[in-house]
Amino acid sequence: MPAQLAEIVNDFQSMEESERLELLLDFARSLPELPGHLADRPELLEQVVECQSPLFLSVEVGQAPEQPVQLYFSAPPEAPTTRGFASVLHEGLNGLPAAEILAVPDDVTDQLGLTRAISPLRMRGMAAMLGRIKRLVREATAA
Amino acid sequence: MPAPAEQNEKFAAYAQPWRLVSTEWLADHLGSSDLVVLESDEDILLYETGHIPGALKIDWHTDLNDPVTRDYIDGETFAAVAGSRGIGRDTTVVIYGDKSNWWAAYALWVFTLFGHEDVRLLDGGRDKWIAEGRPLTTEKPAVTPVEYPVVERDDASIRAYIGDVLNHFGNPLIDVRSPEEYSGERTTMPAYPEEGTLRGGHIPSAVSVPWGRAAAEDGTFRTRAELEKIYKEEAGLSDGDNVVAYCRIGERSSHTWFVLKYLLGFENVRNYDGSWTEWGNAVRVPIVKGSEPGTAPATRRGKHGA
Repeated sequence: MPAQLAEIVNDFQSMEESERLELLLDFARSLPELPGHLADRPELLEQVVECQSPLFLSVEVGQAPEQPVQLYFSAPPEAPTTRGFASVLHEGLNGLPAAEILAVPDDVTDQLGLTRAISPLRMRGMAAMLGRIKRLVREATAA
Repeated sequence: MPAPAEQNEKFAAYAQPWRLVSTEWLADHLGSSDLVVLESDEDILLYETGHIPGALKIDWHTDLNDPVTRDYIDGETFAAVAGSRGIGRDTTVVIYGDKSNWWAAYALWVFTLFGHEDVRLLDGGRDKWIAEGRPLTTEKPAVTPVEYPVVERDDASIRAYIGDVLNHFGNPLIDVRSPEEYSGERTTMPAYPEEGTLRGGHIPSAVSVPWGRAAAEDGTFRTRAELEKIYKEEAGLSDGDNVVAYCRIGERSSHTWFVLKYLLGFENVRNYDGSWTEWGNAVRVPIVKGSEPGTAPATRRGKHGA
């Protein structure tokens, strides 16, 4: 697991369950706004339909050999849980080489220790978000 | 009823006017000792971003559903859920939430399974309160827990099981899902997660009335006259009908249940909470695809289910 993501997982795991929700809310608040080139072009974003509330994301893969990945997310303020999940993935994965993102374990979302507090149904939305990121990265690097 | 009912012209036309309170009423009564305000949202963190001062959070999934069996919590757990929020058996509970009170109506329906008498909805919910510029806070209120009696859940009068629905044919069914779910084109709402339903379509003879039609633009319930037009003229319900409403997991249909039961005064209305995630996976139950209700099969009295 990439170090920047492992650090977030550790932060969650070292907390009591109720504090984990607070931390997720902090993440929700710090999700970066879309940059101008995407904010005006919603058609460049892809919707993750598995999330309970609307979430849109876009992936840009840079030059070889590193192929650093830029992640962009958009979710409304009325969906703080979705924003929180997106923000965790942004802070944990943004800027990493494509190969490192593809190597992230699919069950990493279970390791945040949120399943009981948030419900398994809602955690599936976060797993779907990671799955979608990996699929988009895979498609962008396959060429 | 500890707290007085609100008097206004719109509510007075409903069958049970006191089941609703307006944002003004709530603003005037916040802090009353016999009133507890609960927020029930789809998103489990929305309450934390800011809520009505003094309101407590209740979550449909983590508080009201049994974590193991697909069922609601039992009487003992409900007593703990209510008591820990300072709710006694006679407390007036006002519930509000996001999305035109969709999840608030679901929580209200579960309170009603336990026979909690005085539970009301805030007309217009969270969005109207915010749109009117009323105060929100992130401060969590201190609660003095009280004793809530352990009351056995009484499902019979307002909850339908799959066997009840198979025995219900010949009586009206209302499908409150989106038109795409009703026709079988999709098994979940547009833009919502697929939750593993094997078949698409609707229960034979069910009439499609998407739940959101009962709400006006500002999230408040439509007037009695508007609701009569939708459910009686268009959907064909008549006074005295025995009605079952369903959706995907029983939350949207709680909203319609509230409308039929308390605003239009149908006495026999049940919410089939198994809904499409049960029916669409059940073996050998009849299904109709497309936009027409289809005809009701013969009932299967005695052969099925609970």
